[in-house]
Amino acid sequence: MALGGAMKHRTFFWFFLPTALAMTLFIALPIVSVVLQSFYAPHEQVIIEVENCGPFGCTTETTIDREATEALREAQPLGRYVGFELYLNRGHLATSEIAEAWNTTESIGEFASAVYNLPFYRALTFTLTYTFVCTPLLIILGFVIAVAVNNLSTWLKGPVIFFSLLPMIVTPLVGSLVLFWMVDSRGVLGTFLQYLASDPNLSLKASTPLTWIMLMVYGVWSSAPFAFVVFYAGLQTLPQDTLESAMIDGATRWQRIRYVVIPHIMPLVTFVALIQLMDNFRVFEPVVGFKAEAHATTLSWIIFNDLGGETRLLSSAATTSVLTIIGIAILLSPVLVRTWRDFNAKS
Amino acid sequence: MDAATRHRSPALRTFSALFIIVWLIVAAFPFLWTLWGSFKVELDFFSKADWTNALTGPLTIVQTGNPFTGAGYDGAWIQEEFWRAVLNSFLVCFFVVCTSLTIGTLGGYALSRSGFRYVIWLLIIALIFRALPQMTLVSGYLLPFFEWNLWGILPTSIIVLVAINQPFTLWMLHSFFEKIPKDLDEAAMVDGCSRFQAFRHVIVPVMWPGVITTGLFSFLLAYNDFAVNAMLLSSENQTMIPAVVSFLGTTQEAGNVMFAVAAVVSATAPLFVLVLFFQRQIVSGLTAGAVKG
Repeated sequence: MALGGAMKHRTFFWFFLPTALAMTLFIALPIVSVVLQSFYAPHEQVIIEVENCGPFGCTTETTIDREATEALREAQPLGRYVGFELYLNRGHLATSEIAEAWNTTESIGEFASAVYNLPFYRALTFTLTYTFVCTPLLIILGFVIAVAVNNLSTWLKGPVIFFSLLPMIVTPLVGSLVLFWMVDSRGVLGTFLQYLASDPNLSLKASTPLTWIMLMVYGVWSSAPFAFVVFYAGLQTLPQDTLESAMIDGATRWQRIRYVVIPHIMPLVTFVALIQLMDNFRVFEPVVGFKAEAHATTLSWIIFNDLGGETRLLSSAATTSVLTIIGIAILLSPVLVRTWRDFNAKS
Repeated sequence: MDAATRHRSPALRTFSALFIIVWLIVAAFPFLWTLWGSFKVELDFFSKADWTNALTGPLTIVQTGNPFTGAGYDGAWIQEEFWRAVLNSFLVCFFVVCTSLTIGTLGGYALSRSGFRYVIWLLIIALIFRALPQMTLVSGYLLPFFEWNLWGILPTSIIVLVAINQPFTLWMLHSFFEKIPKDLDEAAMVDGCSRFQAFRHVIVPVMWPGVITTGLFSFLLAYNDFAVNAMLLSSENQTMIPAVVSFLGTTQEAGNVMFAVAAVVSATAPLFVLVLFFQRQIVSGLTAGAVKG
């Protein structure tokens, strides 16, 4: 019976309606809109031929018919249907460029650098490198901080946690700007690095590898607090009796970490890893904050770049968006499987 | 843990303490440095000659007669009207948090009280939505919003942020409501309350800890957002973070990056206060999803 049992379908519907409406209108439908838009390219301008006849004969001129162009854009705001053309063009998957590079280049290295010069693959390379370098590093750093904070006296823990949270809580753009100003060649960290390298002209902004490292340091710095907090909470629920009996059995400190602490923390490591893979894959603000676009671009940044500026390249942005969503879907599949398994285990 | 702590070797304890000190410097020093530097002139904050100039401010003294100057703040807040962006940001945050919590509470409660199969599907869909890069959604909004003249105004940005916020809000509140015993509202329903009355009179009074925690994260999302507000708001309706970025564009020509530095410090200050007061809630919110999984 409904009384005392699960919520009736009807009641559920009304409770859930507002949030479902919000998500349908502003998440689900935009995805549909993006997918649709990715198959349409902007209208070409309507060209008309005008014949000018004067005393010395007639000449034909081609001009742009602005009115007709406007009317066409008005009538079909999506543009003209082009199928998969946008997906395959140079700005996206660049199939013909890749085929050509494959046929003309001599070595794998040469081929790789030809592919890297294509905007989509350049962004994909950095996005994936960033995701898979930052995620393990921030987990390790977070874990070490959690263990160290756990060893502190109780009265110190609060203030230490407060300062540890700051890199994560501040706006990503603000965090990256703050670091960017410090590593500027006239900033305090920049000067320090110049001193370390004994090179007064060292500039992080001017070098691709250094820019990549700088962005990844930012990535670890800003996300390690999240890993730290999760692991720290996990350490509070360590099975004390197991630890103590391990000590009585003469287990060394390292053995206790290896056989008691790490197995206990492992599910949390998976959780942090999955969340961070998703979040790092959509990295965007640091590229803006560090003005890094000359050396490192990300998928989200390409979309932003297409959408901004004078000419809003909606179709190109839509195509990159669809490709990004496919990337997220691949990364997300383990999370979905896990959630599904958890829920089935519970019910 | 105390038993284990007592048996720790001094070397290890020293190493652990040193590590914490280094980490605290790494975590907090950039903010303190920027806060201090925001009261200097640009040639001290970015000093070619000597990095200690940013601490002592010799050129600041030369230019203003005082080692500290509020010129950056004056320029940002008054000359460039940063206060408008601050006001817009707080309007956006206020309405996003209120709307998001209202509809999220109803939805999260429903998810926790319905044992049917579709709950897991709705939660999985929410998880997929949560994972989508916001930039991909923004590229879907632009054309329809232009067509329907919705582009550029605060309500559009608010409703979009509410929607983007929903997946996370639903997950948090769903797991929170699961912890409130079902007997509570069911007893009320046996006494003749409708489901909504039971929710209103029995659940609402006890739900505030979870709602406040969730609200904090909604606030952070709205406050920290750059992608949505930068693309969907016209320049006169701009919020704080896009405004900071636009300073970087305009002030580069004016030769005064200090407006941006002052704006960055101004935008960070409320977050400091937030963490100061709600540290416990933030920590518990971050771990809520993890510990149950």
